[in-house]
Amino acid sequence: MADDVYKIQEKKITPDALYNAVLADSDGAVTTFAGVVRDNTKGRGTSYLVYDAYRDMAKKKMREIGDEIKEKWEVDCVGILHRVGRLEIGEISVLIAISSPHRKASLEACHYAIDRLKQTVPIWKKEVWTDGGEAWIEGDPSALASR
Amino acid sequence: MNIKVLFFASCRDLIGTGEREMTLPDGATITALISKLASEQARFTDMAPSLMVSVNQAYVERDAVLQDGDEVAFIPPVSGG
Repeated sequence: MADDVYKIQEKKITPDALYNAVLADSDGAVTTFAGVVRDNTKGRGTSYLVYDAYRDMAKKKMREIGDEIKEKWEVDCVGILHRVGRLEIGEISVLIAISSPHRKASLEACHYAIDRLKQTVPIWKKEVWTDGGEAWIEGDPSALASR
Repeated sequence: MNIKVLFFASCRDLIGTGEREMTLPDGATITALISKLASEQARFTDMAPSLMVSVNQAYVERDAVLQDGDEVAFIPPVSGG
């Protein structure tokens, strides 16, 4: 069994960054999710994004998500990377990789992981638009009720 | 008692800094801390209802009682991912 990985980093995230870290010989599946910077928000052109994080707490909350997953599904290993700083269009903002002996567990757990991350992990996105405007984006406050 | 208070994203922009050392009376709650900040920056009053608050990296309710040395953070609705 490999070690879980929970990291916040400035460094660019590559799509395969977690694959080997979560994989063990007893696994039959690895599900990977990458969140990517899109070039528009509802049609308004995006120039780039800036992510900010409460790093220590973000890592703690990501670990809690991993612990929740291990209670709900038979998975082997959980890895979550989130980037901070300035991100260009097409770059990966978040990468999740989950390994499991059988595919269903890691597929479901990966979906759960990204949904929970968007509810509980203290990370924020600033959109800088091509028209010169910029704003911190706020998630759904009601989501925090399920922290 | 002395506490460390952290501000993020839109809240940091409003307060003008990401971190402050603050002194509060013993037994003060999150509500008392919010009142103190609102007395210095009126617009904090409008923002406060939408903020989550953590103490030592765990989410807490407004009636949580603070202790000397606590690390408090004001957390706007998160938008990671």
